[in-house]
Amino acid sequence: MLKQTLTLLQKEILIEWRSKYAFNSVLLYVVSTVFVCYIAFSLSPGFQQSAGYPIVWNVLFWVIMLFAAVNAIAKSFLTESRGRMLYYYSITDARAVILSKTIYNGLLMLILSTLTLIIYSLFFTNTLGNPGLYFLAVFLGSVSFSTVFTMVSAIASKAGNGSGLMAVLSFPVIIPVILTLIKLSKNAMDGIDAISTNQYIILLVAINFIVVATSLILFPFLWRD
Amino acid sequence: MKFIYQTWWKVLTVILIGSTFITGLLFKVPRLDILHETIRNLYFHVPMWMGMLTVLVVSVFYSVRYLANPKEEYDIAAVECVNTGLFFYAIGLVTGMMWAKYTWGEYWSGDPKQNSAAIAFLLYCAYVVLRNSIDEEQKRAKIAAIYNIFAFPIMVVLIFVLPRMTDSLHPGSGGNPAFGKYDLDNGMKLAFYPAMLGWSFLALWIATLRFRIRTIEYKKNAVN
Repeated sequence: MLKQTLTLLQKEILIEWRSKYAFNSVLLYVVSTVFVCYIAFSLSPGFQQSAGYPIVWNVLFWVIMLFAAVNAIAKSFLTESRGRMLYYYSITDARAVILSKTIYNGLLMLILSTLTLIIYSLFFTNTLGNPGLYFLAVFLGSVSFSTVFTMVSAIASKAGNGSGLMAVLSFPVIIPVILTLIKLSKNAMDGIDAISTNQYIILLVAINFIVVATSLILFPFLWRD
Repeated sequence: MKFIYQTWWKVLTVILIGSTFITGLLFKVPRLDILHETIRNLYFHVPMWMGMLTVLVVSVFYSVRYLANPKEEYDIAAVECVNTGLFFYAIGLVTGMMWAKYTWGEYWSGDPKQNSAAIAFLLYCAYVVLRNSIDEEQKRAKIAAIYNIFAFPIMVVLIFVLPRMTDSLHPGSGGNPAFGKYDLDNGMKLAFYPAMLGWSFLALWIATLRFRIRTIEYKKNAVN
């Protein structure tokens, strides 16, 4: 199964490398959102000096990341044609398919969120108290978005009517994750060290563990028609 | 499924809930600041969540059974348990809000426990929406079962784990002690545990009735 997963992962990356469609479209989406926010906030002068600025900075970053993630990951199953799914079904293990998609989406989100963080910091200047911990939060965020949205995208694609259902199903599931992420990253901004916020890190790892385990158990039932 | 046709536990339910109204409303309770007599709501607010949890666990059980062996009746059992769970959910939220009005000052004060509960409500509303979006019966049953199993651990994290990690006014959260630790004296336990059991059984009873009605409807519509 491990070998199959790696082969499928290689295939996903190769397809993406040839067209670069998903990556470029989501990157453009993120850049335009950040720029729209930049323009909109610069309409009210003095905002950068106001007391609530760090809080808005942090929350806005995660909201942008959330919508970018939904857009990026919704594609992973919705664009797969029926014929190709049938082909996978005849040659591979179901768990290898979901695992490879999750890992691929995790990598995609990791690159995207790192780039977003750089672009975002460029437009909205802010000092991070503990950059290492903030990056850890971004890393955990990318992984969590990928694990949750990949499974929800699989469910939504099977249900037939794509992206509308995707939003309805995924937002209640992602809210505990994003609340924890915002708290963790706010702590990182305030320069609190990792040891004293480890409960949030443990919670995120635990949520990911549960979601991956349930995905691996449930996906074999889901893709069988 | 013989259990649902038996009488003894229904009689027990009536006795337990009937006794709860007497013991809960008339027995002596400890005098505490802020809480005063509203402490009696403990016998009605907490058991609602217990009832919800009971039927949702049963629902997950039948979703698992459906995936193992796709029989229509398992799907009907799962969905009717979720419907009953949503009903108890709403009552749990409303009794909690009334209690909050008299102790915290407002019906909805944006407490993490309340917010988490509202989000978890959306989680199960999404289950209902998902079911409505699929026409084909077997496909609907299968996908709904998968989502139900997927949603349950998230609901547990939302309601029972996340509020404990933040500042919340709710007992048992954010370093606040739960009632069990200090305030629940033996007199209260006498009323509290039967209430928990009684309302859980009542939730199960409502779910089984709904299940039986739906099964009859299903059989009536079936083509021979």
